[in-house]
Amino acid sequence: MQTPVSKDILTTLVVSAILIWLAPYVIGTYTLTVLIIYGMLGLSLGLIWGFGGILCFGQGAFFGLGAYTYAIAAINFGESTLPMVLAVLVPATFALLLGAMMFYGRLTDVYLGVITLVVTLILFKFINSTAGPQYVIGKARLGGYNGIPGFQTLNVPGNPDAYIWGDAYYYFCAVALVIVFLLVTFLLRSSFGRIAVGIRENEVRIALMGYDVAARKTVLFGIGAAIAGLAGALFANWGEIVTPTLFNMPQSAEIIIWCIVGGLGTRLGPILGAAGLAYMKFLLGQQSTIDNTLITGLILVLFVLFLPKGVVPAFSGLWKISFGRRGFGKMHDTRRKRRARHG
Amino acid sequence: MVEIVLESSGLTMRFGGVVANDNVNLKLQARELRCLIGPNGAGKSTFFKCVAGLLTPSEGQIFMRGQEVTGWRPHQIASLGVGIKTQTPNVMDGLSVRENIWMAARRFHSAVEARERGDAMIDRLALGAIAKTDLGQLAHGERQLVELGLVAVGDPWLVLLDEPAAGMSAEDVARMTEIIHELTRTAAVVVVEHDMQFIRSIAETVTVFHQGAVLMEDHVDRVMADQTVRNVYLGKKA
Repeated sequence: MQTPVSKDILTTLVVSAILIWLAPYVIGTYTLTVLIIYGMLGLSLGLIWGFGGILCFGQGAFFGLGAYTYAIAAINFGESTLPMVLAVLVPATFALLLGAMMFYGRLTDVYLGVITLVVTLILFKFINSTAGPQYVIGKARLGGYNGIPGFQTLNVPGNPDAYIWGDAYYYFCAVALVIVFLLVTFLLRSSFGRIAVGIRENEVRIALMGYDVAARKTVLFGIGAAIAGLAGALFANWGEIVTPTLFNMPQSAEIIIWCIVGGLGTRLGPILGAAGLAYMKFLLGQQSTIDNTLITGLILVLFVLFLPKGVVPAFSGLWKISFGRRGFGKMHDTRRKRRARHG
Repeated sequence: MVEIVLESSGLTMRFGGVVANDNVNLKLQARELRCLIGPNGAGKSTFFKCVAGLLTPSEGQIFMRGQEVTGWRPHQIASLGVGIKTQTPNVMDGLSVRENIWMAARRFHSAVEARERGDAMIDRLALGAIAKTDLGQLAHGERQLVELGLVAVGDPWLVLLDEPAAGMSAEDVARMTEIIHELTRTAAVVVVEHDMQFIRSIAETVTVFHQGAVLMEDHVDRVMADQTVRNVYLGKKA
């Protein structure tokens, strides 16, 4: 059913090494870096939604929380290693608490969406209204709608003066994404990951088998938030400023669109969807004839109508038909695919 | 003294003004096969759901192997070693037969052992030909069988089956009967059913539910011959 783990790792490493090497010849590393970061953010939702069946409307909240945690911690500590760790731990802890509340409260899909949406809005409103000098954490002023500029960016651990920036930062982010991708691969191959897919397929059955569904969903939700938090910290380093727009609605909605367009239930889909759509947005942003969001919306509608499985499963299917074997990127059959099959 | 694996005492379940179960007292011995029968709305399925943890009874207590489990959640009850099969097939449609059964076995065994036990179960149920097929593509009878396999692979000592024979072909029912008898070698089995044909073919002791309460409890032959039971089934005033 599954290819051997070693082969999967080898393929991932070889393909990503070639991509990391070739991509700067096509797109500038500064733009590439942010595409990679968005890819990681896409993967975080792709994991919990595509494999765990948890549709979170507020994945942007964890992204923003990671970015703000990094910025605040970096100002206070004057170096970047501990802030990077905190930027993963704080959103993860927040998600574990929020997740425990939702999943042990037996909330169903719609209410889950509403709550995650509202939490994002609350964070957005809150951060936006912290312009006053009384909103201080340690040495860092929250800065309200102006955000937090001028924090210590990524440095070599133990040497705050050796900054990692420019091309080096691009390679750093790319390697980070490959590592996260491999960790997600291991997770999905583990018993925990396989049972998470079972929960997506039928929660009641998994509970009747004796598994604690609420605990498992909470943990998965926390893992997704940890990845989103890491992406947020990387984004803060890339932009060298964090602003409340990280928490706003369009940001969270975009992540969902990335996953749909790229392909739910695949590891690669959300990454490619994120990078592809973000790059398109970047290109469209250079002109003012057509509105950006209009195009994004149009693409979403076209995909839902004509390619509901998303890009990666569609190509994976083509690959399978052409070469008669499993295309890479596909691990478990998805609900979307079945729905499409049955019309 | 025979071990009592399941006991309900004064179990009452109300939905608003409707009393679905009224003071149900039931005792089940180890390796006993017990059928719960009764007309529609008699409270069999409500009782089943209370025992399985899918509903929390309004009053009364439930004991399993002497331990009180009233108000426990389904996963806690299942963790004790209780296999549960609900009325409609509850399976993972997007996953293969093998993956479905593996997941059930994994709860009580290591990943490798779960695979071995899963494969053994697939052989036992003669599902080898469809082991790699997704559940969503299987026929109803096959899905029922796979779900029974999910339940059996966990080596339960108590099995709760809600209408296992519903909508199955005669051939599938025969296979189902065989498996249920096999289960009773190691487990007590509770079967909720209103197909009298099926009951006659498997049952020994039968508990008859009527209007939420236990009407009678006896050997299947005596129950079938009882005038009150016949009246209940035919809808006459008892």
